[in-house]
Amino acid sequence: MTYEAGSYDVIVVGAGHAGVEAGLASARLGAKTLMITINLDMVAFMPCNPSVGGPAKGIVVREIDALGGEMGKNIDKTHIQMRMLNTGKGPAVRALRAQADKFTYQHEMKKTLENEPNLTLIQGMVERLIVEDGECRGVVTQTGAVYHSKAVVITTGTFLRGEIILGELKYSSGPNNQQPSIKLSEHLQELGFDLVRFKTGTPPRVNSHSIDYSKTEIQPGDDVPRAFSYETTKYITDQLPCWLTYTNEETHTLIDNNLHRSPMYSGMIKGTGPRYCPSIEDKVVRFNDKPRHQIFLEPEGRNTQEVYVQGLSTSLPEDVQQKILRTIPGLENVQMMRAGYAIEYDSIVPTQLWPTLETKKVKNLYTAGQINGTSGYEEAAGQGLMAGMNAGLKSLDKEEVILSRSDAYIGVLIDDLVTKGTNEPYRLLTSRAEYRLLLRHDNADLRLTELGRKVGLISEERYEKFLLKKQAIEEEKARLQGIIIKPSSDVQEMIKSQGGSELKDGIRASDLLKRPEMTYEHIQQVVPAESTLDEDVTEQVEIQIKYEGYIEKSLQQVERLKKMENKKIPENIDYDDINGLASEARQKLKEVRPLSLAQASRISGVNPADISILLVYLEQGRIARVSAE
Amino acid sequence: MEFDTIAAISTPMGEGAIAIVRLSGDQAFEIADRLFRGVGGKRLKDVASHTIHYGHIMDPKTGQIAEEVMVSAMKGPKTFTKEDVIEINCHGGLVSVNRVLQLLLNNGARLAEPGEFTKRAFLNGRIDLSQAEAVMDLIRAKTDRAMNMALGQMEGRLSKLIQKLRQEILEILAHVEVNIDYPEYDDVEEMTHHMLMEKASYVKKEIEKLLQTSQQGKILREGLSTVIVGRPNVGKSSLLNSLVHENKAIVTDIPGTTRDVIEEYVNVRGVPLRLVDTAGIRETEDIVERIGVEKSRQVLKEADLILLVLNYSDELTSEDENIFKAVEGMDVIVIVNKTDLDQKIDMSRVRELSKHHKLVTTSLLEDQGVDDLEEAIASLFFAGSIEAGDMTYVSNTRHIALLNQAQNAIDEAMQGVEMGTPIDIVQIDLTRTWELLGEIIGDSVHESLIDQLFSQFCLGK
Ligand SMILES: Cc1cc2nc3c(=O)[nH]c(=O)nc-3n(C[C@H](O)[C@H](O)[C@H](O)COP(=O)(O)OP(=O)(O)OC[C@H]3O[C@@H](n4cnc5c(N)ncnc54)[C@H](O)[C@@H]3O)c2cc1C
Ligand SMILES: Nc1nc2c(ncn2[C@@H]2O[C@H](COP(=O)(O)OP(=O)(O)OP(=O)(O)O)[C@@H](O)[C@H]2O)c(=O)[nH]1
Ligand SMILES: [Mg+2]
Repeated sequence: MTYEAGSYDVIVVGAGHAGVEAGLASARLGAKTLMITINLDMVAFMPCNPSVGGPAKGIVVREIDALGGEMGKNIDKTHIQMRMLNTGKGPAVRALRAQADKFTYQHEMKKTLENEPNLTLIQGMVERLIVEDGECRGVVTQTGAVYHSKAVVITTGTFLRGEIILGELKYSSGPNNQQPSIKLSEHLQELGFDLVRFKTGTPPRVNSHSIDYSKTEIQPGDDVPRAFSYETTKYITDQLPCWLTYTNEETHTLIDNNLHRSPMYSGMIKGTGPRYCPSIEDKVVRFNDKPRHQIFLEPEGRNTQEVYVQGLSTSLPEDVQQKILRTIPGLENVQMMRAGYAIEYDSIVPTQLWPTLETKKVKNLYTAGQINGTSGYEEAAGQGLMAGMNAGLKSLDKEEVILSRSDAYIGVLIDDLVTKGTNEPYRLLTSRAEYRLLLRHDNADLRLTELGRKVGLISEERYEKFLLKKQAIEEEKARLQGIIIKPSSDVQEMIKSQGGSELKDGIRASDLLKRPEMTYEHIQQVVPAESTLDEDVTEQVEIQIKYEGYIEKSLQQVERLKKMENKKIPENIDYDDINGLASEARQKLKEVRPLSLAQASRISGVNPADISILLVYLEQGRIARVSAE
Repeated sequence: MEFDTIAAISTPMGEGAIAIVRLSGDQAFEIADRLFRGVGGKRLKDVASHTIHYGHIMDPKTGQIAEEVMVSAMKGPKTFTKEDVIEINCHGGLVSVNRVLQLLLNNGARLAEPGEFTKRAFLNGRIDLSQAEAVMDLIRAKTDRAMNMALGQMEGRLSKLIQKLRQEILEILAHVEVNIDYPEYDDVEEMTHHMLMEKASYVKKEIEKLLQTSQQGKILREGLSTVIVGRPNVGKSSLLNSLVHENKAIVTDIPGTTRDVIEEYVNVRGVPLRLVDTAGIRETEDIVERIGVEKSRQVLKEADLILLVLNYSDELTSEDENIFKAVEGMDVIVIVNKTDLDQKIDMSRVRELSKHHKLVTTSLLEDQGVDDLEEAIASLFFAGSIEAGDMTYVSNTRHIALLNQAQNAIDEAMQGVEMGTPIDIVQIDLTRTWELLGEIIGDSVHESLIDQLFSQFCLGK
């Protein structure tokens, strides 16, 4: 039996990290939005490490925030510790990481969803999509509720035909023993989607009372207040530390002796796991000359004694996990509260998506998050935001948005997925971005606020503030470029005190700032600004001046590529009609159906000659059209 | 205008010694002016379009005159590509056009891809629509040929050296990346400026070595590998001597004189040859000679051009026929020598065997027919079967240009280190170095850095 349950502009299936961003973005830009999730108590649940951010990922959180998303604000309200990483390195790779109170993280996020005017949040298990004439027009739940909509976003994470594996035990389940989503996976297959089987895992959790922290090293948060969001004004000051300890020979011997009981080696696990999240048994086997591995003990929240044992992801049997833990300094008497496990799940081959995250097979159907073959909360949230934004825009008949590789890490992520696909769960790394000097933590707002504003996700008030900041940066840069600093004794003194070589002549303030030992502060000492500027303004001034040459070089590269980005390939192009293409290139082009020549050139197996031929073909079409008119 | 400025040796190069380097794009005049020193300090940007000018090409780095040239200056759109075009006519044959081309590439031009001039002519509307298909075919064909050549080179020593160097750079990159992406991973020390400087200087030295070895590339350094084969005593060593214009090889009337392979470098009408004289191929009991014969067969396989010598005053033997078989499908010039003596050879059979080859008759003793032979060599190279030689040559130019760029990139990386620029920013130039080297061997996959990262270090949660 089914019943009519309502109709919406956009329906978001799932309320994980992708789902919540999708739902909020869609609702906030004006689309009437419904979110359906299996269990309302598990909104924005973190099934693995209780942390948000880190290299590349932290920058994604800033980008989400600049585009009006929620992850940054939510973690600012609920973290137990925050640190800026890579402070000793260049500005391009600095990144924030927060340890989350995973429970308050969920509660805060749920509260935000509940209070969003245009958003309806309900519990339910979606089993089918309504697809007519190749278009998705709604969903049907397990209880027979039929919801209609103009667009649907699926963000079902690791739930699709999920199976938990723990030692010799294997059972059908979503993460953390939630209900798996089986019918929906079968339905996607019926619709003709290619699915692959991936795998990931999580370490055991232990009781804090049973840890002897005196045998570990403390890892405190930064003592300066930090925040992800450009809108955050209240900072959390009482932070909790993490703790560092190590495995040892005894641990490794124990693992070696129990390898035959590992589902990884017995062949029970078939899905492809990510290389960057190997289990401890994997690490011991592959790097068997390493005498020890790092283990971080991370509290899961303020009101819990559960501690996450980072570095010990495993699917060995429970009794072995128990013994392994107890070989580790500080954990000799530890009480394990939950065992680690591995989970296998279906995800869809992401080359079946357009760069808007709409599927090519079914119109108005979008997918985002782990279902697209990624792993990680931030990767999920970034996609969720874009899919929700585009579904919302499309339902309102507005133009959709695609971020390019030089706009954002989110652009890199989505372009990689839809252009190259992935044969393991995909994680962002700074090295995936060819323009990482442009995609910095500090300038996410400068890169993306305009866009956020344009689609309607940035408030008037915030936008005004942003414009003022931008103006202040430009003015201060111009001022420093205009002032000549004379080699007075004060100036020479200041330079010498920083270990620099004395001035021979007057020098532009901006040029002095380019010297490696100089900071904005130093320049400020000798040529003070009229009024003191905000730190985020002076930070920009310093970075933009100091690294001008390198930034310029990257921008030129981007500019060169723009020409190719602007050469659009019509959706209805017939690659079989183009004679000169090499057969591998033809097949890849037919599969990926790139939207621009630049995207085509990034497909592996498509070489420059194919691109030339494609260009000539496209021009031929264009010329033919023009002359027909 | 829409495109960058490209340069290439324009083919087919005319016979004789003049060859042309063509430059097309909106910076053509600017780039040419960086190198061109005309009479009375004349600048090309100031001259009337479609005029020709005498002058010299100078290397702006060293200030030295490189070549004497004639330059045609043609402003778009009345040019082949509809863009601004400069054509530089060089007199000194291949070696000198190559030098000019390298200078252009070092001063802002990019080496044209196969068929790119034609492609531009089409895209700029110079060639009409009906020819689009032909343009696409041309690109395909030229690229496939270039690819084959590149693949040929891939197996070479150069590519092995490049692969090794790339792997070393990759390890440095992975080291820097692991510091960035896993800042808490304590198993690897933090890369310092000092360490990076050491590694970068090493890379620089290796690139310089590569540049030296491939400076002017296989052909120009070593010449087109040209092997003289034939039965003993037919006049192979004499042929070598007469092409070299010197008595380099021992010539006697005793069959089997040449026991080993002898190499000589010679420039035949602008075509550089590495001439290899071999031991006459025959069945033999003599150990030393047999080793020589074996080597001859070996050398044969690697040759670009075969000079197959027959004796006019002797009958064709099964050994001769075997040699024909051994060189099937290669570029061959058949030389029937000793025409001053009485004919015993069956010329109609020779012609039949030489169906796919060029055929000349000589009397080396009386210095007859050597001109014809030189002509045959030059025309094979420049006109008809230009591909083999020309493409090797072009892909050489390409990889030298890329090596030069790689050298600049590593220089910039080192400057960055000296300036105290953060290592992750210096990394940009180091990555660029790695990518440029990859382009030489046709491999620039970004994914391999990530592979390296996870195989070199033990990372994860
Ligand atoms: C055991 C484990 C270990 C992990 N380890 C790591 C790690 O170490 N590092 C890392 O970066 N990432 C890790 N992850 C991945 C990370 O948790 C995910 O990438 C991220 O949570 C994905 O977000 P998502 O929104 O795509 O999916 P999820 O957060 O999984 O959310 C899916 C949502 O969809 C809902 N849903 C599913 N099916 C239906 C349906 N049919 N109808 C209605 N609602 C449905 C669910 O209720 C849920 O709300 C791990 C995940 C697991 C399970
Ligand atoms: N009459 C005549 N004799 C020639 C001619 N060319 C070479 N010879 C003679 O032939 C003999 C053999 O010449 P080589 O050049 O040594 O012959 P080769 O093929 O190198 O012989 P091996 O090295 O022994 O295999 C010498 O005595 C030469 O002088 C020619 O055109 N006419
Ligand atoms: Mg000899």
